Amino acid sequence: MGPLVVYEIISENVNLFLAFIIGIGFGFVLESNGFSSSRRLAGMFYGYDTTVLKVFFTAAIVGSVGLLFLGLFKWIDLSSIYINPTYLWSTLGGGVIMGAGFILGGYCPGTSFCAASIGKLDALAFIGGMFIGILIFTEGYPLWEGFYNAKFMGSPVISEMIGTSRGFLTLLIILVALGMFWVGEWAEKKFARDDYKLNQK
Amino acid sequence: MEQKKYMNPYLGGVLLGLVLVAAFWVSGRGLGASGAAKSVVVTGVKTVAPAHVEKSAFYQEYLSKHTNPMKDWLVFQMLGVVVGGFLSGAIAGRLKFTVEKSPKITNKTRLIFAVLGGIFFGFGSQLGRGCTSGSALTGMAVLSLSGFLSMAAIFGTAFALAWFARKLWI
Repeated sequence: MGPLVVYEIISENVNLFLAFIIGIGFGFVLESNGFSSSRRLAGMFYGYDTTVLKVFFTAAIVGSVGLLFLGLFKWIDLSSIYINPTYLWSTLGGGVIMGAGFILGGYCPGTSFCAASIGKLDALAFIGGMFIGILIFTEGYPLWEGFYNAKFMGSPVISEMIGTSRGFLTLLIILVALGMFWVGEWAEKKFARDDYKLNQK
Repeated sequence: MEQKKYMNPYLGGVLLGLVLVAAFWVSGRGLGASGAAKSVVVTGVKTVAPAHVEKSAFYQEYLSKHTNPMKDWLVFQMLGVVVGGFLSGAIAGRLKFTVEKSPKITNKTRLIFAVLGGIFFGFGSQLGRGCTSGSALTGMAVLSLSGFLSMAAIFGTAFALAWFARKLWI
């Protein structure tokens, strides 16, 4: 029965060791898909490379279907997994600021570490900036504390909000994702560039 | 050595999804990245300016929940990411010190914007309680409202600003 930590099947130190192993898998998959390349990541927003969309949504689908099945087989207790809380304004505001950071910097935090690991110096610069950004947040916290905690809505799950089952919502998401994959494939042909090669299988 | 081709993106997505499920099965939480950077920042401030940390309500609250910020799930996971990324890059022949950018801009421009983007992303990830991994990807997998909002806000804004930043990339 999982989660292993919640049910105290493994100790805290084993948990941290497994975090390291899972991280290796995470980093390996990101790099193998070219998430260590800022031009590939930024390509998402110009249509010439939509790998981010394909990997991201396939992963979200596999993740939600996987959790559903683990729950069904009683291998994981879905009521004890962490659900991200919604603070409406800071979730949206933070997302907008992150979006600006993405298009300017070409990375997100996870991908910047992955890219730095193979020697991308622009990723190293991004990481430096990220530390500064976090420091600004922690040092100036009293200034945005109100905004940060405003409009707390608990930890709503969309299937419950719209009164449907997890399974049905997951099916809907899969259908939407299939549509987006089609758009992605179309965009890569339409916005293909001479100075950029989609070097993938 | 010639660079190998990247993995098929749909296969990559399946593998990433399995890693995400494994993270849930072990720890009950998904993946994350910015949380580890926050641990580093708090530890850094605590080491350089302990007196300042004593006086700040924010750091005191954070440290009351995380007695040792470096002994944290996300810190170990991110150490793994660096190792995993390096291994994949080594196997594929992609280990190289380089600045990646559009052919139309200089290295200096690219690095300045990388730092600037990092500042925005770092700040935004704290305000939004997680980044693309912890808030958007993981949040979507558990079907949380915040996961979908965060995904829409991050990608929507980047699309909206893409035209203004086009010289950096195309």
